[in-house]
Amino acid sequence: MTVWQIIILASIAVLALKLVGYLVPPALLQKPTPSRIADLLTVALLAALIAVQTLGSGQALTVDARIPAVIVAAGLFAIKTPFIVVVLVAALVAAGLRALT
Amino acid sequence: MTSAPLAEPATHPEAEAHQQRLAIREGVAVGLATAAYGVSFGALSVAAGLEIWQTSFISIVMFSGGSQFALIGVLAAGGVAAGPAAIASAALLGVRNGIYGVRTAPIIGPGVWKRLAASWITIDESTAVALAQPTPRSRRVGFWVTGLAVFIGWNITTLIGALIGDAVGDTRAYGLDAAAAAAFVGLLWPRLKRMQAVAVAVAAAVVAATLTPLVMPGLPVLIAALVAVVVGLFNWLGGSTDASAASARSGLRL
Repeated sequence: MTVWQIIILASIAVLALKLVGYLVPPALLQKPTPSRIADLLTVALLAALIAVQTLGSGQALTVDARIPAVIVAAGLFAIKTPFIVVVLVAALVAAGLRALT
Repeated sequence: MTSAPLAEPATHPEAEAHQQRLAIREGVAVGLATAAYGVSFGALSVAAGLEIWQTSFISIVMFSGGSQFALIGVLAAGGVAAGPAAIASAALLGVRNGIYGVRTAPIIGPGVWKRLAASWITIDESTAVALAQPTPRSRRVGFWVTGLAVFIGWNITTLIGALIGDAVGDTRAYGLDAAAAAAFVGLLWPRLKRMQAVAVAVAAAVVAATLTPLVMPGLPVLIAALVAVVVGLFNWLGGSTDASAASARSGLRL
């Protein structure tokens, strides 16, 4: 697979899913179980991505400057700091720690 | 934000015009706030190894923040070999948009082209603003204004971010890998209001981290998603929900 093929396939899949709600009978998706699973799916995937993005390095688990950066980020989100500010601060924390060590 | 759900009946033209102005103002504000973090997507996408035009293509066609960050996150970790897992991660994060469509379809009304355009911009932000409005017309205005404002802003700032990321070069030294993790924290944070969500998040993170050394890149995230399916199916730790409205609202990151 090339990068372009991956991008195009993923984009079409996400776009097609958006259409689903306009095409299928509402009764099918408005039941509590499908919408609850969709909701929790978002939570599980984001949490898993945080774990991999923070600890993973290829197929190994490593402890490095990303961990303090993510902890700082969580603290800032908890006090309702705007998204872009938190992302910048997280980058600065990791970059700073790497420059020092 | 309007507070009373049925403040004015639609028969008062002045009140209706007022509701529409409020919907427009809210939509534009949400569009501006969302655009601000399009910069981080653009920069992180280039850092993950994608070209500027590939990055813009994703923001135009896919146009769904969570799915976009997931795609580049998995590609950054596993490269092209993780392609299928990257596609699956992006798609699974896009499932909720399909559920939103059930709520927004009656707001949009009939018409194939109109619905096609509406589905393209059916995301957390447009759904949340639309459902928060008190009258049918202000809901429709809120949906279109928010969707278009986010679409335009997000794509401009994605391009800016990609150009910045391209100029920066060595991304690890600038902490961009940590910024990617922080971006996911920001997408997750507003969704952790209920015990069930917190439990699923913790379990999924543990599963993904544990599996990372054992299976190929991309798969740990997909296997962790099974936690959500199992917990959601049996509704462990759950109460009652109005899932799609609550989900759209909690997806807002303002």
